Amino acid sequence: MFWTSAAPAVLTAFLSSLVEAVEALTIVLAVATVRGWRPAGFGAVAGLALLVLIVALLGPLLDRVPLNILQFVVGILLLLFGMRWLRKAILRAASVIPLHDEALAFATESEELRDKARRHEARLDWFAGLASFKAVVLEGLEVVFIVIAVGAGRGLMGAASMGAAAACALVVGVGFAVHRPLARVPENTLKFAVGVMLSAFGVFWTGEGLGVPWPGEDLAILGFAALFLSVSLAAVALMRRTEEVLQ
Amino acid sequence: MTTLAALVRELAGLFVDDGSLALAIAGLVVIAAISAVLMPNLPLAAGAVLLFGCLGVLFGNVIKAR
Repeated sequence: MFWTSAAPAVLTAFLSSLVEAVEALTIVLAVATVRGWRPAGFGAVAGLALLVLIVALLGPLLDRVPLNILQFVVGILLLLFGMRWLRKAILRAASVIPLHDEALAFATESEELRDKARRHEARLDWFAGLASFKAVVLEGLEVVFIVIAVGAGRGLMGAASMGAAAACALVVGVGFAVHRPLARVPENTLKFAVGVMLSAFGVFWTGEGLGVPWPGEDLAILGFAALFLSVSLAAVALMRRTEEVLQ
Repeated sequence: MTTLAALVRELAGLFVDDGSLALAIAGLVVIAAISAVLMPNLPLAAGAVLLFGCLGVLFGNVIKAR
């Protein structure tokens, strides 16, 4: 029974962390390329420390909130967050909006830092470290929310955190090895999968908060995920077909 | 103050991207909650409203966005 609850939570934390870590790594690499590893590394480590602190402080605090209130509030936030991710992933898969381009993000960030270098040479290490810190914190906040949302109140904070940390370690390891943005990671596919899982968790938790006795208990999450996946794929197919007809 | 406002905007942006989607989700939750209160003997009705409502809202939103 433990794994029916833990596996989706750990997998969701792992995949979302993978996506966000790839995006953060792009900025950190851009900073390192323009200004060296010292400010880039310092900013990234400081950002990670802040994220760990947030999880360490918020996790135990949330465990004191009555379970049904926690489920209801976190469920609504998960619905908003997950369906936002899923909407964007569907629109990208249907080519309505462009895919996120890591190579372009890398070039843009590098150019911005070079521009700052020309104007504020003396303070550039500070700007570079701050850019790295900001990237890690902003991308990491989404992972922190997911870890807390899928883990708090069910004793899965540790497992979800480990899933997220494993993805970070994987991305950092590959990033160090190849020394360039991980543009080949199928980011939209991952976002699609995470959006589906988070939306499924959101429906489950909001319902639990309202006192809905879901058939199959935790296994219902997998059923909801299958429904969200089917509807999303149907929407992508319909939009693509309509586009073809219009052309 | 500007930094704080930027932080709040950044945090809100985590949950709200398309206003109409967020509003529709909030509306669905309210309807599901009302169903749960009005029909305590049929708690699955609230769950059905929530699940199928979310699926419908998502489908409608992305099709409209094309």
